[in-house]
Amino acid sequence: MMSTRDIIDTLAGIEPGSALDAIRARRLQARENAQKSYLSLFEPIDAGDVSLLERAAVAAFVTGLHGGSPVATFYREKLAASTGGAALLGAIDAEIARGRTSGPYGSYPAGPLSVENTAGLIFRVGAESKSALGTRLAAALEHAHLLVFRPRDAASADMKALLDAGWSTTGIVTFSQLVAFLSFQVRVVSGLRTLAAANAQKETAS
Amino acid sequence: MSATVNPPVVFTQDELGWVSWIDPLPEAELTERHYAGLVDRSRAKSEYFRLLVRDPEVLEARTKTDKDIFYNVADGLPRAERELAAAATSRYNGCIYCASVHARFASTYSKRRDDVQRLLDEGVKADLGERWNAVVKASVALAATPIAFGPDNIAELRRAGLDDAEIVDVINGASFFNWANRLMLSLGEPSK
Repeated sequence: MMSTRDIIDTLAGIEPGSALDAIRARRLQARENAQKSYLSLFEPIDAGDVSLLERAAVAAFVTGLHGGSPVATFYREKLAASTGGAALLGAIDAEIARGRTSGPYGSYPAGPLSVENTAGLIFRVGAESKSALGTRLAAALEHAHLLVFRPRDAASADMKALLDAGWSTTGIVTFSQLVAFLSFQVRVVSGLRTLAAANAQKETAS
Repeated sequence: MSATVNPPVVFTQDELGWVSWIDPLPEAELTERHYAGLVDRSRAKSEYFRLLVRDPEVLEARTKTDKDIFYNVADGLPRAERELAAAATSRYNGCIYCASVHARFASTYSKRRDDVQRLLDEGVKADLGERWNAVVKASVALAATPIAFGPDNIAELRRAGLDDAEIVDVINGASFFNWANRLMLSLGEPSK
């Protein structure tokens, strides 16, 4: 079955009619709903609780934290094309550079798992970026970094920090979905690109 | 905000509860739009889903993605190994709640409860045999940030007997749990 290219195909470089396109077509509901997830987050019916600019800025930050990739480039360009986005690019780039590290790390609830606790960067937005980003977005980037690298450290106090920075409860849900969805999307794209590259190499070798 | 209720401190296959740190929608306030987001009406009883349904469109799409990746077993990877990918990812990311659910499913479908328990007790380096080791290692490599999944993982999965469609199921299952873990870990906590 041949399908219309979706965002995962575009980012993973999967062509209609290719072997990977056929494999993805066998999970049609997953394929269509990964696309609907993307659309509901970036072209929402109601952006009242999380603005389009905030979504684009968080996406550029989160995917940038995963390292250079077509996905990171895509969301950086989306931010640049957003109303007000170009003014944020410098701050987002600076915070990606400050925030890059290796995860997952963090602490477990006190008990037998404490021996597995691993210390790592507790990211805070730089003073110089705070005025460009504003209170809401600065708090969002700090929380996004927690979700990307040390989700096991998350605590109720982190919810309070977002509420205090002006995020609504519904906004926190959408924002958490956004970061979590991108954590999925960047991995599916990476996995499929790796598989396609392995297959291309096999064909060259045989 | 809810009070903490006796959170578990080890990975387990027992049934756990989950308590939200912020306010779910009250069941009485759910509209048909919310029920569409829940997909299964019975999910209105769950605090987790009544919280996520504050954004019904993304919840609906996420739930349908989840169901197809894990339940559509007309072909591709056996259900047990999709659940193994979910459990290994959750073990590595540190999500005690998600690990409990998907370890239990992996045990049910594989009948290898002791091996699944070793994954929980010893962590993702536990020796579970070639095929399961390959699935666990690939899942962990995908969950790392920066992503560490590479050609060696593909080669290892192939040596263990997986074809490309099955490898895509591992990629989808492990990737999906990087979505699920981050919601469960950050919006509330498990309870015994």
